[in-house]
Parts: sequence; C-alpha cells; structure tokens
Amino acid sequence: MQTLLRTVMRTHTGFSSRCLKTALKTLPAMARLKTWRDPEVKNRLRQRDMTALISVRDIGLKILLCCRGGTVTASESQGEKTEIEIIFNDAATVWQLVFARNDHLTILNAMKNFRVEVRGADEKVIWFIQTLSHLAGLQKEVEYGTKMGGGVVRYVNNTNGGPVFVYVRNGKIVRITPIEFDDRDGRSWTITARGRSFTPPRRGTVNPYVFGLRSLIYSKDRLLYPMKRVDFDPRGDRNPQNRGISSYERVSWDEALDIVAAEIKRVKREHGPGAILNSCGSHHTWGNIGYWLSAKTRFMNSIGSSQVVHNPDSWEGWYWGAVHHWGNSIRNGASDTYGTVEDCLKEAEMIVFWSSDPESTSGVYGAFEGTVRRQWAKSLGIRMVHIDPFYNHTAALLGGKWIAPRPDTGNAMALAIAWVWITEDLYDKEYVAERTTGFAKWRDYVLGVTDGTAKTPEWQEPETGVPGRVVRSLARQWGSRKTYLSPGGLAGFGGACRCATGIEWARSMVCLMAMQGLGKPGVNLGCLQQGAPVDTHFYFPGYAEGGLSGDLDNTGLRVSMYQRMVQLPSMNPVSQLVPRMRIPEAILGEEITGYPTDPKSIEGQFRKFGYPAPGHSPIRLYYKYGGSHFGTMGDSNRYVRAYRSERLEFVVNQSIWFEGEAKFADILLPACTNFERWDIGETANSGGYSHHQFIQWNHRIVTMQHKCIEPLGESRSDYQIFLDLANRLGLGNLFSEAMTELDWCRRLFDASDLPTRVSWKDFVKKGYYVVPAPAEQNRAPVSWRWFAEGREKDVPELAPLPADYAEKWRKGLQTQSGKLEFESSSLKRFDPDDPERPPLPSYIPSWEGHHVKELYEKYPLNLVSPHPRYSFHTMFDGKDSIINDVREHRTLIDGYYYWIVRINSVDARERGIADNTLVRMYNDRGAVILAAQVTDRVPPKTVISAEGSAVYDPVGEPGHSADRGGCVNLLTSSRNIISRSHSTPSNSCLVQIQPWSSGDVS
Amino acid sequence: MNKYAFIIDVGKCENCNNCFLACKDEHCDNDWPGYSRPQPLHGHRWMNILKKERGVFPLIDVAYLPKPCFHCDDAPCVSAGRGGLRKREDGIVIVDSAKACGNRDLVSACPHGALWWNEEEKMVQKCTFCAHLLDDGWQVPRCVQACPTGALSIFRGSDETLREKIVEQELQPPPDSQNRGGSPRCFYRNLQRYTSCFLAGSVGVEQDGVEECGVGARVVLKKENEVVAEQLCDEFGDFRFDGLAPGSGEYLLEISYNGKVMKSGPIRLSASRSAGTFVFSS
Repeated sequence: MQTLLRTVMRTHTGFSSRCLKTALKTLPAMARLKTWRDPEVKNRLRQRDMTALISVRDIGLKILLCCRGGTVTASESQGEKTEIEIIFNDAATVWQLVFARNDHLTILNAMKNFRVEVRGADEKVIWFIQTLSHLAGLQKEVEYGTKMGGGVVRYVNNTNGGPVFVYVRNGKIVRITPIEFDDRDGRSWTITARGRSFTPPRRGTVNPYVFGLRSLIYSKDRLLYPMKRVDFDPRGDRNPQNRGISSYERVSWDEALDIVAAEIKRVKREHGPGAILNSCGSHHTWGNIGYWLSAKTRFMNSIGSSQVVHNPDSWEGWYWGAVHHWGNSIRNGASDTYGTVEDCLKEAEMIVFWSSDPESTSGVYGAFEGTVRRQWAKSLGIRMVHIDPFYNHTAALLGGKWIAPRPDTGNAMALAIAWVWITEDLYDKEYVAERTTGFAKWRDYVLGVTDGTAKTPEWQEPETGVPGRVVRSLARQWGSRKTYLSPGGLAGFGGACRCATGIEWARSMVCLMAMQGLGKPGVNLGCLQQGAPVDTHFYFPGYAEGGLSGDLDNTGLRVSMYQRMVQLPSMNPVSQLVPRMRIPEAILGEEITGYPTDPKSIEGQFRKFGYPAPGHSPIRLYYKYGGSHFGTMGDSNRYVRAYRSERLEFVVNQSIWFEGEAKFADILLPACTNFERWDIGETANSGGYSHHQFIQWNHRIVTMQHKCIEPLGESRSDYQIFLDLANRLGLGNLFSEAMTELDWCRRLFDASDLPTRVSWKDFVKKGYYVVPAPAEQNRAPVSWRWFAEGREKDVPELAPLPADYAEKWRKGLQTQSGKLEFESSSLKRFDPDDPERPPLPSYIPSWEGHHVKELYEKYPLNLVSPHPRYSFHTMFDGKDSIINDVREHRTLIDGYYYWIVRINSVDARERGIADNTLVRMYNDRGAVILAAQVTDRVPPKTVISAEGSAVYDPVGEPGHSADRGGCVNLLTSSRNIISRSHSTPSNSCLVQIQPWSSGDVS
Repeated sequence: MNKYAFIIDVGKCENCNNCFLACKDEHCDNDWPGYSRPQPLHGHRWMNILKKERGVFPLIDVAYLPKPCFHCDDAPCVSAGRGGLRKREDGIVIVDSAKACGNRDLVSACPHGALWWNEEEKMVQKCTFCAHLLDDGWQVPRCVQACPTGALSIFRGSDETLREKIVEQELQPPPDSQNRGGSPRCFYRNLQRYTSCFLAGSVGVEQDGVEECGVGARVVLKKENEVVAEQLCDEFGDFRFDGLAPGSGEYLLEISYNGKVMKSGPIRLSASRSAGTFVFSS
C-alpha cells in the first residue's frame, strides 16, 4: 500500500489529477453500494441534506458533492455556494489522507500545516467527515454485550467501586452485579507464605454504593432536561441574590446552549482573560474519555479559563511534609508499595494501622480486594494494632488492640514511640547510620536535649489521652517485631494528615520507619491494601493520563500517552490560578495567595502565586461541574454565600443530578451517567499522582464501558455537551477532531497494550479483559528493598525525574542527600526558621485544639469527618437512592433522611441525647442538623461525622442558617494547615452539640 | 431432595451492607412473576443487619448479625397464610402474590420479623432466596454473591447432610429463635460474638516511677467462689473473658502480679463491660 501511495504521489500531476477526479466522482457509486449493504450508512445519509465543495489547490480541482434525500451526487463545481468546503493544498495530501485512514499523526500533521483546511459550520463539517469515514468503511457497527436469554443482555461498565456487569432488558437496567471471571480470563497469582498458599477469588469485588447505582441512574433527582432559573434573564435582571432559592423552568437544549455560548463570548469580550472559572470535584464517573481530566480539560483549555488548583486533599501532610524527608513528590509525598502483599504475608509480625480504615475507604477505588488479604494475614497470626479516634470497621472486622488518641495530636505519640526506641535501644542503628541523615539532631530533640522537654510516653499522655504505659508497650512491640506501618488506608493518606498537626504527623511517620529499617524484609508500608503481584509491565493508561485532553501541563499525558495516542494539543492561554479552598474569595474579588500542587519536584510547592493574576480579570462566569463543594470543602457556607454575589454574573452547572450546589446555577445542563455513553477504563487505574494504583486489585481488569442504555430524558454525555458548545464557538472540529466517543475509545484501545492481547472486536463484545498474573520472576520487586540494601532503584516507576538524582539515575532518593532525611534539606533551604514547619519534625500543638482555651471551653468536642463508607464523597449519597436506607449512612426520622453523627455515651448522657435524637452540631462557622448515634466506638469529647453529604438543605436563608442535609464541612476551617501551603485542616474542628428543636433555624 | 439453607459467619460480617443493597438492586422496581412483586424503594429490609456493640470505651468490639428470612421448616407464616405463603420442595418459602394480596395480618405471622408490608402492592413481602435466579441457573442468591468477606454462604443438600454439617461446624440457629415457632433454615457461625458478653479490663504496674502495662498478670474470674476461667494479660496488659452469658449474675476478679493480689467485685454482668484499670503500685 505504501509503495502504491508513493508511486501515485510521485506520478505526473496530470495523471494524479485524473485519478483524483475519477476517485471523487466514484463517491456517489460507493455511497449507493454502501447504503445498499449497510443500513447504518443509509440512515446516516438520510439524516440531512448537504452540499460540500472539495477542492485541491495545486491542480485546480473543484468537485461539488451533494447529499440529498439519502443520495449522493458528484459534479465539477460551477462556482456554486456550498455549506462546507474542504480544501486540500495539493493532490499528494489527498492521496496521503485517503490512505492514512486511522493514522492520526498524518492527519493532524496535514491539519497543522494547513495542507488541509475545512470551512463551514463545525457541526456540519463534523457530520460530513464522519459520513466520509462511514463510506470508507472505517465505522463498523460494533456488536457488544452477552445475550443471557429472556431478552436480557449483559453489558460491562466500571465505577469508582469496581467493575460491573449490567443486565439490561427492553432498554432498562435490571441489575448491576460484580464481575465473576470465566475460565478464559487471565490467570490469578499465588503467594506462598509460611507454608501456605494464597490465591485470590476469581472475581472482582465492589463497594456497597455500587449496588445503589440503578436507583441513582433512575433517581427522581436526575436532571433530565436543560433548565433555567425562573428569574434569570441574561438580557435583563439576573437576580443573583436568588440563587439557591428560586425554582427552575425547562428550556430547550438550543436555548440553554445558546445562552451558555453567548455568556462565554460576552465575558471574554467584556472582561478579558481569566473571567471564566471552571471547577469540579476530584472524581468523576469512571472512564478515560469522559473523565473531567479528559473532555472537560480539553474544552476549558479551548475557551481559555482560570484554573482551580486542587489542594492535595487526600495527601496533605504527606505532600507538604513527608515529601521533604523521603521525596516521592510525584506521589504527592506518599510511598510506593510494590511487592508488599507478598513481603508482608511472608515476613511481617505486626501491622500498625494508624488513621487507617481500608474496610471503609477501600484505599481508593480498591473495593474489598484487600479484605481477603487481611483475612489471610489474620489467619497467619500477624498481630494488628489500630490507632484511630474511631473504633473503625477494619478494627471491628480484624480485631487487635485499639488505641484512640485525641484527634489532631498524632505526632505526640509518634515522638514518644521514638523516645522509647532511643532510650531502650530498639531501632536499627546500622540502617540509620548508612541510609539516613540528621538523626542526631532529631534524637536530641526527642530526648529533650535541645528544648528541655523529653518526649516520653508520659509527656504525650495529656496531649493524646492515651496512657503512657500503652504507648510504651506499643513502642516495645513495634521495635522488637518486623512491622508494617499503614499510615492511612493507602500508605500516604489518612485523616490524621488533614488536620493542624497533619504535616508533622506525616513527617514523623517517615522518621519512625527510617528508624526501623524501611525496606528490610517485613518492615514496610501498608496494610495489604496495595502491592498485589499483578503485571506492572502491561500498559493501559489511568484516567489522570489525560484521555483526549491534549493537555501536557495539567494531566499526566506526557508520561506515556502523548506518544501513544497522537492528538491535537490543547493549551490554556489563561495563566490565572485559583486555589480551590479560596474559590469563594476569588469570586468576591479578594486578593489571594496560593501554593501549587506541583508534584514534579520537592520544591514545586514553594512557588507562591497570587490572584488576580497580573492583567487578568477576576471571576465573572462560573462553569461548575456537578454539585460537590458544599459537602467537601472547608467552611462551605462561604461557597453558598459567594454564589449569591452580584459579582458572579453567570453560573452554569453541568450535572447529572439536581443536588448540592447544582441548585445555585442560572442554567443547568443535564449530563448522563457513564452507563448511558461509551467509555473505556481500567479498574482503579488513576495514573497521575498514584502511579500503578491498580496494584490494590487482585486482578487487573480493563473494561470497555458499554453504552448500556440510551441517555435518560434529554440528558447528554459530557463530551457531547462540550461538543455542542464548541460548535457554537467555532471550536467543534478542534475539540472533537471530528470523532465520536466510541472513536476515541478505539484510539485509546490502540494506544494501550491491549491490541497485543485481544482484538478490538472481541474486547468490545465481551467488555473486559483480565490481565494475566505475571510469572513469579516478573513480579515487581518490594518497594524500598533496593534502598535498604544500598542498590539502585529497581521498582517499576519512572519518578523521580532524572535531574532529581544527585549521583546518577536510579541511585538514591529524591532528597538532596539521596537518603532519608530526619532534618529536611529542602525545608532548610526554603526557610530554616519557619515556626510552622521547622526542618526537624516537631510537636506543634493544634491551633484548633484543646490548647486553645477560650475556643475549647465554648466548643469542647473534637469533630473528625472521615470519608463516608457508603458513598464516595458526595457521589452516591442522597438523590433518593437506596443508600439512604443504610443505617450507618443516614437515618430516617419523621420522613427525612438525616446524616449521622457518632457521639460517646458519656457526652450523649450529659446532653440528654439518645440514639436517633436530632441534634444541632455547631460552632462559629455554622450549624448542621444530624441524627445522633450513641456509641463507645469514639472516646469522650470526640465526635465523628463523615464529610461528603450531597444534600444541602438549609432550614433558613442559604449560607446563614443550619443545614439539615448533613454538610458537616459547613463547620470545618478554611484556614491552611500552615500558611505557606494550600491544605485542608478538616479534622481540626471544635464543635458543640445539643438536641435540636425543629423551630431553630440558626 | 436437595434443599437450601443460609449459613452465616458473624465473625466475618463487617456491616458493609453489600447484601442488603444487592437485595434491593435485585428487587426494587423489578417484578419477578411467580416469585415476587417489586420491593418498595425504601423501608424494607429483606436482609436485615442487626448490630451489637459490646463493652465500654476503650475495651469494646462490634458484631453484626445479617438476618434474612429463615425459610423455616414448619413455617408459622405458611400455616397462618392460608396459601399466601408456600414452602417449595427445595426449602424456600415464597409469598404467593395473588393469594397474599390484601392480607395485612400476615406481617405478624412471622415470629422472627422477616415479613414486610408493601403498602403499594397491599401484600407482605420478604426474602425469596432469589429463587427466580436459582431456578434460572444461578449458583447463589444476590446477597451471597455480593458478600466480599465470605460471611454469607448457602447450603444445598439433603437435610441429613445439613444436620451433619451443623454438628461438625458447631453451627447455631438464629438467636432467640427457639420456641418461637418454625425451624429456621438459617445457621450461624461465631454467633457468640453477637449473643454472649465479656468482662474486660486492664492492668498497670508501677515500675521505676512510671506505669507499665501489666503484661502477664494473672487474672482469675470467679463466680460463687468457683473459678470460671483464668488468663494472663496480653502485651498491653489487657484481659477479656468472653463467651459469658448476659445476665449471668455476679462475678469476682482476682488479679495477681509478682505475688501481689488485687480483688474486684462483685461485678454484675447484665451486658459486656469493663472492670476498669487495676494498677499495682511498686
């Protein structure tokens, strides 16, 4: 074919011209043949009438194509006006593109060098190009799903909580179940440990909320039609003060899209760059193409918009703290955990879960894959200790000692543990000498040589409330046994990292592991939640690798996919940044300082930025994606109030459900779920900050996310909504490259390693592929082992960047010394005198804790707001779903599903509170109405109520009254953990609780 | 004849609610003619997970008891139902939608609280063991398929084999089910996690001016001067006498460490509790 192409291209122009003319004129015959054979092409040609001019400049060829009533005709143009034009620079390009077919690099190069240009309305051009593609036989209808009998077809899809089979009958979802493998699916691994063999079950698990999906897809709270706030008139009164109060009326898609497109143009014209702000939650419905980091990013870059900088809210203390002691900046300061399942089962004698409840949080996206591994550990007699102010579900399932420190005091206990190790000679001196720096200085601090305070177990007792003897015993057991530490459900998460002492806590965790010989057999990080021996050499991208975003700067596209999936780049010309925790202040036009989440290097986080950016407009138009912020951001009454400001001229929310802050928009664009559109994605593969995240799973499961049903009502996929807007802004062709979502899925499939294992046809039909477990010798080595043994790095991750090694590539850590640093060299360089973050990990009491006397007297309860167990943040909560009926999620009282708060029996008794008493939890920031669950699973003076309510339901004026939806983040602080960071301290929150009387709206 | 039964391990239930929710996914808004009418979106708990929290901070534990319809032999609901409920040959009890319609009194026909009133359908409803799926070739009902920990399982076999299994694996019938009528076809492992209570405590020892955990302290539990049990404190100085019957009267504790003895009691055990921390001074 290539030879033929080259021959034709080199041939005399006259011959080429004649060939082309003939070829183009045979198009009608081809179309006739196709319509006869392929009903899809027939239907497509009947969709619309169109005239197109195809011209080839160098040979002066002009052919007029007419499509009328399903028939195509071709003739030489007599200068007629056509709806679209396709102009080729030269005949050679035409031939090249004819033969290029799915060669996207060739096509994009021709576009970029203007060797091919298109004119006319984008929507028509896209239709025409896709029709040509159908005629060329590139679009074959795909057969998908498995017939189960009785008119039921079983499809496949994927979620935050695991991959699923979706049973559909008559266009309606009947059931959603976990995936059970068949004999043809990839083999499982087996670990041999202490004389026993362990093989995981041949299935995928799912989180509880996955079973709520059918009720959520068909929820009465679905947005089925575009809506406009009744008192919003873009040409007259906008009434921003009524956001969150006024009702909505149904409008047509054309009207809604016209208003949004007109507003985008208007604010750019009237205010200049930066006036548009887009924000979304951190997570999205599953799939690499429809993900927010894909389609949304490409669209927002295309129109130019201020970017919201996400604080690293899962990592906080690790990113702002731990990174300065062990590097790992690419993982936001968390650790890699390769090979740890096998090492832990073979070697470890104890696991310390510290602020770690994987049975509730599933790591992230891990469903219950780790549960069976922890059950194996229990059966092997590996001891377990749980340090958490809540007797969490992992402790309840597995047993072991529960140690409950006062929230927000974590590293006091860590320092006392170090004190015991130092004074009783229970640490690895050789490792400390060879693999670490700065120990002597930290030792002197711990012993009290430098500040006169020995950090003894008795010293920590008034801070944590945990008896000194318990800490002393823990330290001795830990110091004399091979121990895994799991700080957070994933190593490098944990609620303890999200409080005023969170940075110091995370830093001290690194120091403790450095003292115990991190990386030696049985001494490592995790709780069997991560580190399964799956194949890490098989490539399939994670969602953070950018999908079709074209964005090299703000997604992980440049790691692999920019070479694997050629696509038009998209660059955002607007450099204005808004810290996510400061969106309200940005909207109100205040001056703001921020620090970036830039994991490229340890020092990325030091680069301070300001808002408004020089020469940029403050925010005037807010394009919000979904409704999550009220239930997830700190002091979120601020967000409510900002919506109602006159400075915010226009709010559009693209949302699946009518929930949370979606109720504060001027225009609502109804998006469909991933069950109503095409996508492709691997379970738990996020890529980005969490490279190889899928090692939480017992099997790698890559899914073709079938379009199981048609979009409900008039809802549309996010991609389609952006394309509809892009078409109105003259950006449609650039945004879509004239491709459908299914086309993009195919492109991503081709860009991965899947084609080496399975054909597109078979993959689409079956809907999933299980990557076989690798041969034992190809399993990833154990994390940190190379370091402990003084070898070059051998785990399969590219980070850190080559320049971040001082000696040579893969020799040593990312830190300046290349070693674990007790005293951080990066912090010494940044500010050695920073009292909030000194170079040595230190005990700095919380600024919203028991030492703040006046506040603590007024609000004597420490609120911890962990991730909810039965929803994924705000996703899956509320919306009349069956999840509401889970007793430990919400409680039905007087016909209303209240969010729950757990309170100790002593505190409850003092306040006259019993199980299911409605209570008002409040502080100076606001009030929330909750249902009490009285329990001894929390210590006295500590209360637990999860973040993540999707329901915001103020009993009085929005932003100024109590919420009975359950957004406990109305009460949490918006202050940064330390001033030179952008970090949420959500678990430093003092509150008071009293029984609620329904008339009280305050 | 192969018959079905539920076998549930209380020790493996972590209240994830996958069973409860998978049941709702299967039955809400889904009509399975011949088996069940749609379950209402809210309110019913065909798989009802009960919770038992034991002890006092910080010595506590929590157990969960997943409770479906027990599909009793000689089921009281079947005898009271006048055809509204029927027993299949495979042991599964099914509501006959046509015959049960309108009979609200049936709700109280189940002594185990497994029948739920559907106001819209005007009939009682309950767990069907997903008989529509088993009849269609499925191996297990939705709740069992959804269970990630292995807490839920089913038995399929003869009554004789079931009896052997019950003895061999020390399976228990549902708590408080005896003398209520019916012979449940639902059995539990580790039921004592839910039904029994414990007496726990901690021991401290003053040494060299600080308090240490009373590792290895001997604790003897006595009742009416008889030794009921004894154990050594663990590495945190904790002890826990588990498997005691609630309301089983008054107990005495004798704690000894390095030749010193402390006594505590009488301790009335109505529910699990902590005897507190005993500190031996030097």
